[in-house]
Amino acid sequence: MTTSSKPLKQIHLAAHFPGVNNTTVWSDPRAGSHIEFGSFAHFARTAERAKFDFLFLAEGLRLREQGGKIYDLDVVGRPDTFTVLAALAAVTERIGLTGTVNSTFNEPYEVARQFASLDHLSGGRSAWNVVTSWDAFTGENFRCGGFLPQQERYSRAKEFLATVKELLDSWHGDEIVADQATGTFLKDAKAGSFTHTGQHFDIHGQFNVPRPPQGRPVIFQAGDSDEGREFAAAEADAIFSRHGTLEAGRAFYTDVKSRLAKYGRRADQLLILPAATFALADTDTEAEELAREVRRQQVSGATALRHLEFVWNRDLSAYDPDGPLPDVDPDVTESHIAQGRAQVRMYRDPIATAREWRALAEANNWSIRDLVIHTGNRQNFVGSPATLARTINEYVQSDASDGFILVPHLTPTGLDEFADKVVPLLQEQGVFRTDYEGPTLRDHLGLSHPDTEGVRRRAS
Amino acid sequence: MSSHPDPLHLAVALDGTGWHPASWREPVARPRDLFTAAYWTDLVTEAERGLLDLVTIEDGLGLQSSHFLDPDGRTDQVRGRLDAVLIASRVAPLTHHIGLVPTVVATHTEPFHISKAIATLDYVSSGRAGLRVQISARPNEAAHFGRRAIERIEHYDTPAVHELFDEAADHVEVVRRLWDSWEDDAEIRDTATGRFIDRDKLHYIDFEGRHFSVKGPSITPRPPQGQPVVSALAHDTVPYGLVARSADIGYVTPHDAEEARAVATVIRAEQRAAGRADEPLHVFGDLVVFLDDDPAAARARRERLDALAGEPYTSDALVFTGSPAQLADLLQEFHAAGLTGFRLRPAVAGHDLPAITRGLVPELQRRGVFRRAYEAGTLRGLLGLARPANRYAA
Repeated sequence: MTTSSKPLKQIHLAAHFPGVNNTTVWSDPRAGSHIEFGSFAHFARTAERAKFDFLFLAEGLRLREQGGKIYDLDVVGRPDTFTVLAALAAVTERIGLTGTVNSTFNEPYEVARQFASLDHLSGGRSAWNVVTSWDAFTGENFRCGGFLPQQERYSRAKEFLATVKELLDSWHGDEIVADQATGTFLKDAKAGSFTHTGQHFDIHGQFNVPRPPQGRPVIFQAGDSDEGREFAAAEADAIFSRHGTLEAGRAFYTDVKSRLAKYGRRADQLLILPAATFALADTDTEAEELAREVRRQQVSGATALRHLEFVWNRDLSAYDPDGPLPDVDPDVTESHIAQGRAQVRMYRDPIATAREWRALAEANNWSIRDLVIHTGNRQNFVGSPATLARTINEYVQSDASDGFILVPHLTPTGLDEFADKVVPLLQEQGVFRTDYEGPTLRDHLGLSHPDTEGVRRRAS
Repeated sequence: MSSHPDPLHLAVALDGTGWHPASWREPVARPRDLFTAAYWTDLVTEAERGLLDLVTIEDGLGLQSSHFLDPDGRTDQVRGRLDAVLIASRVAPLTHHIGLVPTVVATHTEPFHISKAIATLDYVSSGRAGLRVQISARPNEAAHFGRRAIERIEHYDTPAVHELFDEAADHVEVVRRLWDSWEDDAEIRDTATGRFIDRDKLHYIDFEGRHFSVKGPSITPRPPQGQPVVSALAHDTVPYGLVARSADIGYVTPHDAEEARAVATVIRAEQRAAGRADEPLHVFGDLVVFLDDDPAAARARRERLDALAGEPYTSDALVFTGSPAQLADLLQEFHAAGLTGFRLRPAVAGHDLPAITRGLVPELQRRGVFRRAYEAGTLRGLLGLARPANRYAA
């Protein structure tokens, strides 16, 4: 437990629907559909039963490829984000609904009306995880076709978000009078008027969705670069980060929160919510065993070879995953074997990485599969319910995060045990809500309504 | 199903508080609830109570306007609306049989997004999704996107508009190909080989058109109906062509049985020319309805609303004012002239929708021309459309 004398922070918890990475174990006999609405409904209801802050959906706009072929070893396929979230609003009452929506392959007017509509239809529970991409590979599915120079992706994202905010703010919330006696429906014929002139968007006219309950959706940012952090500090309400360890989490937390002041924002106006995987069992020993088993399920021999290809940038299908690492060096030419993934860009110096991994494998007598299991992401939290509750609380109280976005490995039941066994312990410790206090996601996250933060209302 | 060999299909077109511009002023109208889920759930639930085939939901990428091309700056009519696809999706888990057909604007949207959105609506509704495709020739809506200039038109029969319809046809083609870009059994979950999908059953659609090209495949697997229902409103030869080539339902606006027969003949000819003679294609008549048991009450209501609006109501569609029995007579007459169903536009949603479900429907049932229970689990099923083979399946 923390010995600090400051009041305990309240933990924020969210549920990430299992995605299309190898984190998700589809080979388990209990694994259900990733497409059928029943899976989403079960997952959302479980999270709501546990009083989670929100549900989180990722997005990808082109199926991944490796070696010029559609990648077939992980879950493939997902439904449309907005459409699923709107349907989930019908089978839940309080839980927030966060959707990842790309700012490169959409237009502000449409995204603004989709989020405004979702916010109306969910009674103020919408959130937008703003992501960018620039690859021509994804662009092949869209009108604009082409792509964005990498250095422009944040400038477009920033302008996109600013434009969406302008559109949402173009209605103030009091325009609809609907006075049946006098026949005045709109107070102001100019309701929703906007003009935006910028580098990426030059648009004007009238927005056609009245102001939604939250004013604007809660804004998430997920990028980790210096530019991404700055963007979040200036614009976002929460960060979906990947720094799930205690030390990395604290460093990230300190860094990002320290950037807020120059934008005139307080530390509590930006929540840091890392993704976190977990292995939960009755005892710590059983959980360790489960964690190992799940890691082997996540990294089959075939998956291990494909992951090694991210570094080697060449076809390794002739290698034995249970044998030693390839002697041949990575191909360092530009075109990359894997397309549609963010993680492959993490290996900046593949030759050095390969050398390091060969040495590591030799020293530990690891096969290709062993190496990928050990160098890949282990579960963030492993243990009994008491261990998980204690660890999660420690992370939050020591400012490694404000909570976590949990990523279970099973669809759709991967959250059930956590909801039943860990959440009650957090509630007993007084660090997690026993019921929702308000109807909107802003209420759950402790964020104020944008109108109370000094949004300029036009004098009229 | 009734034993009638040629049953009639019924849809309702939902738009705000109803199609009469003063409808929001009726006591039943609930104008302050327009932006809530409860309002739309109540309307669609009422339509489902009447065993209707489907509801369409109007939409647009700008404020509503009484002018055919430009904003009108009016404050005395309903302005503002929610995204129709999201309304349909929000209502889907709360209904069980009725088809959900939101409007999508082809001119300014991405076919890739629309395809996966409607596929997903089909999943969340267990096979009840469709779309109504529409173009936008409004310069102000183009300015909301800033991506293209729309040539200013004087009327809807110009080359610029024909071009927009051609683009809409391409849009629908891409949407349809993407729905087929996964074969039904592509997800194999083969633990022996570690493969989640059989990638040979996923297909690039490689669409190259004059307005856009799309690679595919979709990110969303083939929806439950295979191909959700595509529909379009058509007033003229060019849109008739779009209906004949691309749609499962065309909504048309004849004002008498003679026109109904003529329109149906043109569309059937276009259908043959498009090589689709053996595929079912519905032609629904659109009618605005003021419906009361006492025809005089319906007339009085229309006059009252016209007085509130300050002008007589006009429409592209025939405006019917009368009793359920009179409407049933008219529908049967149009039905005999070659229309397969009707899309009724309630003048006042809160009044005329229940008048359809509780007045017209029982009347049609008594005459043996409308279902007494839902006979199929999908919208295609209700419309008598088989689940189509996948164009890419070997």
